[in-house]
Amino acid sequence: MGKQYETVIGLEVHVELATKTKIFCGCSTEFGGAPNTHTCPVCTGMPGSLPVLNRQVVEYALAVGLATNCGINQYCKFDRKNYFYPDNPQNYQISQLYLPICHDGWVEIETAAGKKRIGIHEIHMEEDAGKLIHDEWEDCSLVDYNRSGVPLIEIVSEPDMRSADEVIAYLEKLRLIIQYLGASDCKLQEGSMRADVNLSVREAGTKEFGTRTEMKNLNSFKAISRAIEGERNRQVELLEDGRKVIQETRRWDDNKEASHAMRSKEDAQDYRYFPDPDLAPVVISEEWIARVKARQPELRTEKLARYQSEYQLPRYDAEILTGSKHLADIFEETVAICGKPKEVSNWLMTDAMRLLKEQGQEPEDITFAPENLAKLVELVDQNVINRTVARGVFEAVFTENADPLQYVEEKGLRVVSDEGQLRRVIEGILRENPQSVADYKAGKQKAMGFIVGQAMRAMKGKADPAVVNALVKEML
Amino acid sequence: MENMITDEMIEYVAILAKLELSREEREAAKQDMGKMLRYIDKLNELDTSGVEPMSHVFPVENVFREDVVANGDMREDMLTNAPEQKDGSFKVPKTVE
Amino acid sequence: MEILEMSAVELGRKIKAREIGVLEATEAALAQIRALEPVLNCFVTVDEEGAKRQAARVQRQIDEGILRGPLAGVPMAVKDNMCLEGLPTTCSSKILENFVPPYTAEAVRKLVKGGAVVLGKTNMDEFAMGSTTETSAFGETKNPWDPGRVPGGSSGGSCAAVAANECFYALGSDTGGSIRQPSSFCGVTGIKPTYGTVSRYGLIAYGSSLDQIGPIARSVGDCAAVLEEIAFQDKKDSTSVRREDCDFTSALEDNVKGMRIGIPGDYLGEGLDGEVRAAVLSAAKELEEKGALVEEFDLSLVEYGIPAYYVIASAEASSNLSRFDGVKYGYRAKEYEGLHGMYKKSRSEGFGQEVKRRIMLGSFVLSSGYYDAYYLKALRTKALIKQAFDRAFTKYDVILGPTAPSTAPKLGELLSDPLKMYLGDIYTIAVNLAGLPGMSVPCGRDSKGMPIGLQLIGDCFKEKNIIRAGYAYECTRNHEMPDLARRQGQGMAGAAEGKVR
Repeated sequence: MGKQYETVIGLEVHVELATKTKIFCGCSTEFGGAPNTHTCPVCTGMPGSLPVLNRQVVEYALAVGLATNCGINQYCKFDRKNYFYPDNPQNYQISQLYLPICHDGWVEIETAAGKKRIGIHEIHMEEDAGKLIHDEWEDCSLVDYNRSGVPLIEIVSEPDMRSADEVIAYLEKLRLIIQYLGASDCKLQEGSMRADVNLSVREAGTKEFGTRTEMKNLNSFKAISRAIEGERNRQVELLEDGRKVIQETRRWDDNKEASHAMRSKEDAQDYRYFPDPDLAPVVISEEWIARVKARQPELRTEKLARYQSEYQLPRYDAEILTGSKHLADIFEETVAICGKPKEVSNWLMTDAMRLLKEQGQEPEDITFAPENLAKLVELVDQNVINRTVARGVFEAVFTENADPLQYVEEKGLRVVSDEGQLRRVIEGILRENPQSVADYKAGKQKAMGFIVGQAMRAMKGKADPAVVNALVKEML
Repeated sequence: MENMITDEMIEYVAILAKLELSREEREAAKQDMGKMLRYIDKLNELDTSGVEPMSHVFPVENVFREDVVANGDMREDMLTNAPEQKDGSFKVPKTVE
Repeated sequence: MEILEMSAVELGRKIKAREIGVLEATEAALAQIRALEPVLNCFVTVDEEGAKRQAARVQRQIDEGILRGPLAGVPMAVKDNMCLEGLPTTCSSKILENFVPPYTAEAVRKLVKGGAVVLGKTNMDEFAMGSTTETSAFGETKNPWDPGRVPGGSSGGSCAAVAANECFYALGSDTGGSIRQPSSFCGVTGIKPTYGTVSRYGLIAYGSSLDQIGPIARSVGDCAAVLEEIAFQDKKDSTSVRREDCDFTSALEDNVKGMRIGIPGDYLGEGLDGEVRAAVLSAAKELEEKGALVEEFDLSLVEYGIPAYYVIASAEASSNLSRFDGVKYGYRAKEYEGLHGMYKKSRSEGFGQEVKRRIMLGSFVLSSGYYDAYYLKALRTKALIKQAFDRAFTKYDVILGPTAPSTAPKLGELLSDPLKMYLGDIYTIAVNLAGLPGMSVPCGRDSKGMPIGLQLIGDCFKEKNIIRAGYAYECTRNHEMPDLARRQGQGMAGAAEGKVR
């Protein structure tokens, strides 16, 4: 049996902040504009242009830092990171190296292995780069600076993680905290949350860290898991072969399930950081910190507890509902209208989750209005429709945000409780099934269930089962 | 500190600075930089221990913009000086990932 | 009196009084430019048509009573590192040869809004790196007092144009002495304001923590009037400062009674030309006779300013100038291989020798392993220099000394020895490191007939002290003008072809 290896992982997580404008200019951060339509002299690096810091970026960074138990550098500054690349219009990125806004925090994660604290080394503010599109027809690339200058925070963890499970749990935790704060929507697929994985391996029991590599281009939790697995194996193989791990940046290709080194002699990786003389230092007072703390919305842990006490939900329900800020918002807004928390929770936990799974979507993708779910709950409660019909109505709410009442009327789905009509239907069924009637009279209770079923089917599910039951009994 | 500027150092700095120097220019740069750095080493005569590095002369701090969209579409203006452009974008030689 | 020999404020007054038309003044300046440019080369771009159009527009607005400022209608020039919408802005570099900015520098915009007629963009050392205006990619500018000599730099074009009566005032920029030293060499007055007084938005950066725009004119009064118009807190420049005391012309009083003036002994020692020393001391004497309290003192640390400056300015420049890469604007090499080849070829062909020298130095001092030893050491030295000035200003209202160690050298003399050129900034550089206001006022000429400059340095935000001292000194003497400036150039039209638009 060979040696045992331990994997040591640290993460650099970039999160795009939910500001309306860029970090240093008044251009919109909106997605999807035609190339370079959200640009100005500042974010295209025109000579003579100067940056001015967006206050909201500091607010968000502070909020995230405080929610992750960080210390705040009350005197923080911006530095220039110098490197040439066309997506970086000034050929330097404004970031923070020497005095980042937050430092030394932690979050607690829970995996099958139990609870664990993951340290946060620092959080700093910086600007995003533009986008490079590789032209399909010509041997050239095209630069779009719409994303250039979109504000980011980079959350740098300590090398505290030991498995892909812990990494995923840590990312989920960060995502929830940041979403709850409203600082970002944190969508991995769309790139508003991006994680670079720093990984090394060492023989179990040793104290010293091995040489680490940095893995980029990880766009989903699955890719992250696969990349960690792949890189761990690659490094172990190197060591087993008596070779060395080289400290380098690697790019993960999720289709090939393999990574390759991003190396070039033109990249000296010497960023010549120095304080940006164009920006004033940010001084964060105790009052400012107190203000951000006071404004901090309820975070997940608090919400989890409250759902159990205030709404009397089982822990299982509360966990699923609070597992997405968006889902929790829908839940609370719906309950605010119609009450009945358990009823609302059931719809979200069973039917909504099932539909999401079928469509390969995340809770964040839910688009229906809470008013419509509330209406549905009320329709069931007032016995306007029965449960069977209601499930179909929910699908319409979920997929096309249908107004339940309108939908019920259009499709004629109201519960039929007109006794005369029901009696006529039941009479017909009793007539067509003399054997069942005889069986019932002979003491076979099951026969009654059959007749009720037939009656419900004839009513296309719209009858009130209680009424049908009573009538069948009586008429038999 | 004695400064010996080597060919490797000049080459390294040229990579950082994205400059392509001819042999004569490299030689001249070596001379110039050596001379300048020897002169700059004069700073070592000064005892600066305990002195905070001063990047801003004045205590100007907390200069902010509010988060309000102020700019419209300025694409034409931004592209007008581009040496090459295509489809509303700046055109550059193919970048390899 | 000849229009061209008037001060800017005087011309402004006569324009308002309808004694002189804006177009008339503009035509006179353009004729002077046409006549003298073939000799002096003060301008990179002369915007003849634009200036005339602007003159007509300004005249109309003056007539309608919309424009009422003291400088409305006065023709002026702008150093070519300040953006002006629609006009090439080159920094006298090949790499920006075809750059036409879609926006205007805030300082220029303020003046234009007040009715300034921009005649064109003046020549400079490439990216303001140099002390002679010889590093320009578009030929050197010559000193109007002796075209065999340099006008100083980097605002050499602006200073020479003002001295030669090609314009009534000009804007320059000063990173280590680039307004004061050429003002001294050309016999004109220039002010480098306190850092943060004039917006840097639209000024193409050299050393961002040191750069400051300021006025160059033929009198202290004109400089004060221009500075009053361009000083304001700009929301687009995070380093611009809110000030309440920008009424600089209120300091134009011939009264220095009780003013405490200190002369740093370290400014009068080795390396200072004897004639310059004599002229500066005799100027001090004049002020003393008017009631100022003048004494020598020891400023200290003077010799450390230059090395600290070259580390800081070069480091910032290496980063500021990395945006010139052939992607978004400016020069792109014709032949290259791949992206990095394009970068390297474009930059190597586009930048001149001195610029490359400073980019290399700046990249080196910031590079891994040298940052602490050079960059941080320089920032610590800067802190000590600032402290030395702070101490001095507890005792003095104004520090007086020479602007430069000598008068203007011959063309080519300094270009061959960069270190010697750098040493010429010894008296001006510390002022930028400490963010202080400084002014150069003419104080006579040497035996070769070349002008000498008197430097007055104030504490931060105390421009009024140096303006008052400068004005009081100026009252003791007449403005001197190079012979060449008197020559009226009608009939020599077209001589400045090539740069006239």
